[in-house]
Amino acid sequence: MAMMPGEEKQPGETRLKQPLRKRIKWDLFFLALSVAAFAALSLACRDKGSRALRVSWEYFQEMVFILPAVMILMGLFAVWVSREMVVRYLGREAGLRGVALSILLGSLPTGPLYVAFPLAAMLLAKGARVANVMAFLSAWACIKMPQEVMELQFLGWKFTFLRLGLTAAIIIPMTLLAEKLHRREGENEAAPRP
Amino acid sequence: MSLTAVVIDSLVAACLLASLLKDREKTKSALRIAWNALRRMGPSVLAIIAVIGIIVGFIPPRWIASSIGGDRGLLGLLIAVLLGAVLFIPAIIAFPLASSLLEMGAGVMAMAAFITTLSMIGFVFLPLEINELGRRFALLRNGLSFLAALVIAVLMGLILA
Repeated sequence: MAMMPGEEKQPGETRLKQPLRKRIKWDLFFLALSVAAFAALSLACRDKGSRALRVSWEYFQEMVFILPAVMILMGLFAVWVSREMVVRYLGREAGLRGVALSILLGSLPTGPLYVAFPLAAMLLAKGARVANVMAFLSAWACIKMPQEVMELQFLGWKFTFLRLGLTAAIIIPMTLLAEKLHRREGENEAAPRP
Repeated sequence: MSLTAVVIDSLVAACLLASLLKDREKTKSALRIAWNALRRMGPSVLAIIAVIGIIVGFIPPRWIASSIGGDRGLLGLLIAVLLGAVLFIPAIIAFPLASSLLEMGAGVMAMAAFITTLSMIGFVFLPLEINELGRRFALLRNGLSFLAALVIAVLMGLILA
C-alpha cells in the first residue's frame, strides 16, 4: 500500500479544474439534507420529533466525549509509532499474530464504528495489511463488551456464544478474501490521506 | 458521560501527558493531525447523528416487528439482513426487540442475521467510510459483511433449530 508521491491531494489547488461532481462538498450536502429531513419530520410529527431530538442529543454527547480523544490517540499514534513497527506487527509478515492483534485492538471497549474509520485509514497508510485492517474494523463493530452483556441478558447464552463464535470464525476468511479482491485492481486507490 | 468515555478520556490524557513530557514538537504535530481529522469528519459525524435521531425517533419498533416478525423463512431472512444493514438501532433497543420477536415466533435465523448486520454494516456510516478508507475498501467490507451475516444466520438456524 505504498503511496505514490504524486498522489497526495493538494486541497484547493486543482479545485476549479475538477468536474462539478467533485467540487460539491458531499459531506456538507448530506449534513444539510439530514438536518432538513429531521426538521421537516419533527414539524410534521411533534411528539416523535422530541424523541428523535433526545436520541440525537445523546449521541451528540457521546461523540463530544469520545471522538476528540480517539482523534488525539490517532495523532499520537501517527507521530510515535513508526511505519516499520506497524509493518512488523500488522503487515504481511506478521501472519496469524497480526490477525490476532488486530482483533484484540478492535475489541477494546471504545466508541461507535465510525470513530474507527480514521484509525483504520492510519493503519493502512502505515503499512498494515488490508486483511488485518478489515479484521480490526469487524472486531470493533461486533465484539463490544457492554453490548454483549445485553445480548446475553436478552437472547441467552446459547444464541450469544454461538453467534460470536461463528462471527469470529467467519471474519478471518472474509478478511482474506476482501484483501484478495482489494488488491486485484488499483493498489493505491484506497491510500488514505495522512 | 458514560463509563467508556471516562476510561478512554483518562487513558488518552495520560498518553498525551507522557508524549508532552517526552517531546513537545512531536506532541504538537500529533494534536495538529487530530484537529485536522476532527475537522474533516465533523460534518459527516453530525449528519450521522441526525440520521440516527430520525431512525430511532420516527421508525416505530412495531413497524420493524411486523416486517420481520413471524417465521417467514427465506423472505424473512432477507428482510432481516436488509433492515439490519440499513437501520441503525442502539443495542439497548435492538436486543429487547429481537428477544420479543423471538418470543412472537420469529425465526432464529432471521434474528441472528438482523443482529449481525446491525452491528457490522452501517449504511448511515457509508459516506464517511468511503471518505476515510476509499470506495473500494468500504464497499468490499460492507458487501462481504453482508454475505458473512447470511452465512452466520443460516448456520445458527441449522444448529439451534
